[in-house]
Amino acid sequence: MSQSKHAEYHVHVVPLRVLFAVFAALIILTILTVGVTKVDLGGLNIWIALGVAVVKAVLVALYFMHLRWDSPYNGLALVVAFVFVGVFIGFALKDSLEYQKYVERPALLDRLQQQTIPAAVPSEETTEESSSEH
Amino acid sequence: MNKVDDNHDPHLAHHFDTPVQQYSSAKIGMWVFLATEILMFGGLFCAYAVYRGTHPDVFLYAHHFLDTNLGAINTVVLLASSLTMAWGVRAAQLGQKPILVIMLLLTLLGGVGFMGIKTIEYSSKYSHGLWFGSDNAFYVKSGKYTNPEELTGAIEYGESHAMPHEDKGELTDEHLELQVKDAATEDVLDNQAAGEAQDQSLPASAQSNIGNATNAPAGLSSKFAEVEGDGSAYVTSEKKPLTYEDLDPQQQKLVSQFFQIYFLMTGLHGIHVLVGMALIFWLFIRALRGTFGPKYFVPVDLVGLYWHIVDLIWIFLFPLLYLIH
Amino acid sequence: MSATQPTQQTDIFGKPVDEQHKDNYLTHQRGLMSWLFTLDHKRIGIMYMIAVLSFFFVGGVFAIVLRVMLTMPIADASNQMRFEMNDTRNIVESSGATVPEEAIKLLYEPGVTDAEAQQQKIEVVLTDAASSAGAGAKVVEYPELINARDAAAQKYTQDLTNHNTFYNQSFTLHGAVMVFLFIIPAIPAIIGNFVLPLMLGAKDVAFPRLNLASWYCYMGGALFFLWVLGKGILNFLVPTLEGVWGGGGLDTGWTFYTPYSTETNTAVVAATAGAFVLGFSSILTAVNFIASIHMLRPKGMTWFRMPLMLWALYATAVIQILATPVLAITLLLLIAERAFGIGIFDPALGGDPILYQHFFWFYSHPAVYIMILPAMGIVSEVISVFSRKHIFGYAFIACSSMAIAILGFLVWGHHMFTSGQSELLNAVFSIITMLVAIPSAIKVFNWLTTMYNGSIRLDSPMLYALGFIWLFTIGGLTGIYCATLAVNIHIHDTYFIVAHFHYVMVGSTLFAFLAGMHYWWPKMFGKNYSERWARWGWLLVFVGFNITFFIQFIMGALGMPRRYATYIDKYTIYHHISTGGSLILTVGLFLVLFVWIHSLLKGKQSPANPWGANSLEWHTISPPPHANFDHAPPATDPYDYSHWRWRPEIAGYVLNEDSEPEEKDAMARNDS
Repeated sequence: MSQSKHAEYHVHVVPLRVLFAVFAALIILTILTVGVTKVDLGGLNIWIALGVAVVKAVLVALYFMHLRWDSPYNGLALVVAFVFVGVFIGFALKDSLEYQKYVERPALLDRLQQQTIPAAVPSEETTEESSSEH
Repeated sequence: MNKVDDNHDPHLAHHFDTPVQQYSSAKIGMWVFLATEILMFGGLFCAYAVYRGTHPDVFLYAHHFLDTNLGAINTVVLLASSLTMAWGVRAAQLGQKPILVIMLLLTLLGGVGFMGIKTIEYSSKYSHGLWFGSDNAFYVKSGKYTNPEELTGAIEYGESHAMPHEDKGELTDEHLELQVKDAATEDVLDNQAAGEAQDQSLPASAQSNIGNATNAPAGLSSKFAEVEGDGSAYVTSEKKPLTYEDLDPQQQKLVSQFFQIYFLMTGLHGIHVLVGMALIFWLFIRALRGTFGPKYFVPVDLVGLYWHIVDLIWIFLFPLLYLIH
Repeated sequence: MSATQPTQQTDIFGKPVDEQHKDNYLTHQRGLMSWLFTLDHKRIGIMYMIAVLSFFFVGGVFAIVLRVMLTMPIADASNQMRFEMNDTRNIVESSGATVPEEAIKLLYEPGVTDAEAQQQKIEVVLTDAASSAGAGAKVVEYPELINARDAAAQKYTQDLTNHNTFYNQSFTLHGAVMVFLFIIPAIPAIIGNFVLPLMLGAKDVAFPRLNLASWYCYMGGALFFLWVLGKGILNFLVPTLEGVWGGGGLDTGWTFYTPYSTETNTAVVAATAGAFVLGFSSILTAVNFIASIHMLRPKGMTWFRMPLMLWALYATAVIQILATPVLAITLLLLIAERAFGIGIFDPALGGDPILYQHFFWFYSHPAVYIMILPAMGIVSEVISVFSRKHIFGYAFIACSSMAIAILGFLVWGHHMFTSGQSELLNAVFSIITMLVAIPSAIKVFNWLTTMYNGSIRLDSPMLYALGFIWLFTIGGLTGIYCATLAVNIHIHDTYFIVAHFHYVMVGSTLFAFLAGMHYWWPKMFGKNYSERWARWGWLLVFVGFNITFFIQFIMGALGMPRRYATYIDKYTIYHHISTGGSLILTVGLFLVLFVWIHSLLKGKQSPANPWGANSLEWHTISPPPHANFDHAPPATDPYDYSHWRWRPEIAGYVLNEDSEPEEKDAMARNDS
């Protein structure tokens, strides 16, 4: 029952300068992510925000949470968790975007009935435009 | 069976052969548990993604009600407490008792600070009728506003936070200051005049929607008029913040969803912070007694992991809730 | 078992166990407290067994209630007229008058267009009867007859409403109790807890305290369900109570679909809170299993030398870890929806009910694999041992467990084909669902190939395992019908689905559970059971199960919808056959219980290894000592049976001392 494969396992102590460097990077990234909100990059903004968040998360996981020196299985648990959250969100989001046309349809019909046709057409354009802007 | 040194280490349970095996088991168990935490929050992130994906304007509009500064400060507070926690784990591993005690105390203070700022945020929401569940000014049930008397005030409160997006390229610090000043003093910058004018006209036009949210033409026709008369606003770089009136009635009815999701996510996160604080307090007491050292630091390590995962979740919550563009 | 039963405990070499080693986990400590605060995985497994089987009984009672309600005359909607005619006559007669049969027939004559003419006809009949009846007898007047008819109609409606309400609550509680309290914990928590550390050659699971905590979480969750149940029963007996403490029972279906679950007056919050707490039990068990399998494997047991049961439990634990938290947040949102009126799922509040179904099935579809994967692990063990042959395609079976675990997360949308899910996702989920057939079929074919050319012993564990293969094949193949988008539209929410998931969940999991219980029973309690009666039990359960559920495929294909308390007479015969089968099934299950109790009371001492299996749990005495092993057994190939020889005088297998140098070495090492 001896676990010889773990015998040479030793606990890694993270050097202080690594901790401070990581902390500094996290603060810089926080400032960056707040700053980049002020710049209009269209649909890219959300992905930049998420990308910065992922970088920050990776830094925390690797250094604060010792994953860099840990058993790979521990990191696997984290990665698998994120992958499955991704699967969950991916399918559910794709589906709701797909069926949204049926959800919105009654409202659309209402509008068409209450508006004259020329008025209804720009209404489509403005909603599309304003949503694409942000 | 190894009969070596079992009796020498009081922290080694009978079913483990070596302290390393025990330590590694505890770590993997904790990581697996953290995976469940991520999946649990994953559910809320899914709800967030679905509502934001299907109604981006609602989120864009409603996020102005949140205070980005407080959110950013909280992020820094939590990151700092993560640093002190990681330092504490290091201290425990090296047997530096005084440093460990100080670090645990600082981490605990970080948690207190975070929850304190959260309380300020929550109470300002509460006082403006923007609370959880049906206590929200935007709450709509079966197409009817349930708290119409609070709606105007809530809209004013939110849109006084609203910020125009015209000054591209300029960066954070000055801008944040500007925003605070702006919100506090109503000191209107020149290039904000258009937006400000609209702000004042807002409550009245929003009023027309109160009580009958399905009344589409009122809101819409005013919007068309605006597009025809001021259509260039959408083409030029000068952008007005999205107002309640800009949302179509279908979306106006969904504004409260943003608040529900905001309170659910930050609330569940806050509960985790409280649990983490309790655990750190427990560690603190034990550290004072000198329980931890190079041979026994597993609890510090595991609570540290928990604290970091709470931080990690906030790292995602902050841009998703406060920094919607 | 052989006729010559041993009366004393023997070790793996067939030698009697000496006095100082007689202490086992059952006798190690005594008293209730020694059980309630035990950290011993074996005792926790036994406590789980008692608790889970109790709830199996509760769920079973509801199952029988359902089947019996469906054979009651009121369930057959075509009996309505007969009921009302009888009641009309009874009401008239209770008022002291008589009514001629002809008048009632005319009153209920179908297809009458001219009401006035009909009334005249009836009045003529009544007058005739009155004149011929004489002075003593009173014949009913026409207006009174009409009143009686209306009262009878009202009574029927009332009876039907009660019938429906009772039925709705029964099927909901049947489903919820069976799923959350029986099937999900059954194999991992009972058998897994007991055998996992033994199979690893370990003294305990990695976190014994968490293990005990998981049992208390289970009991806590169970208390919530008992609360729901008790409230429902009391409200039923004393209807005024509902005004005092709110609705009891549960009528949402075990799925708690919104928006109905946010509106119904029954005890949804208590039930969801119960399921939430049960989730913790599930998660704690899974954390334990994963950590144990990672860290406690003995020297020589590499990942691909583990018994397949451990692979199955590992895959199960992975699913429990990844899926259960999503159920937790779903139920929290549902509770928040009812308590605070947040509207994530309720369309009246701008919510999205289809999103609820995504949330729910992201857990609950993988939960099906929580039920079936450990069952497959048991079958892998049993088939190999009772064929006296090395398992065929070890790596394929092991990897297919993981493949099923992962694919299981990508198919949840097949529960939502008709609920408004988009066409795109319907197609995607349909295709991925079909893919699950691949790892499942890999397993089935490997089991069959393992048996090929083996020397098969048809002892009761093997009979159950063979039953499993049969039922799982039917359940799996009908699953392909269900996965096919177009066919699904037709059979959605019919008894076809009911039959399909009972074949997979009950048929397969229950059979594998019983296989495992019969297989490990001698190890658990150190007692033999009556093999003859166990086989009779198997026969009754197998026949009863197939009669009950096979007929439901036909009924469903003909269009009988599920969750209906009534039907038209086209389906009567099927429902009656199905109920008959369920009674046979019940008798069979009680026979199994009797066999077990008889074994506990009267069973003879069982040898260390009655089946000649080679996984590590058979390398210790039966029942195992408190610390599981006197000597750490060496991890050899778990499916290599060549070292075990049959020894008739102890009715078990003993380790061939000549051919097992490693084992002797290990003992020598440890003794020194």
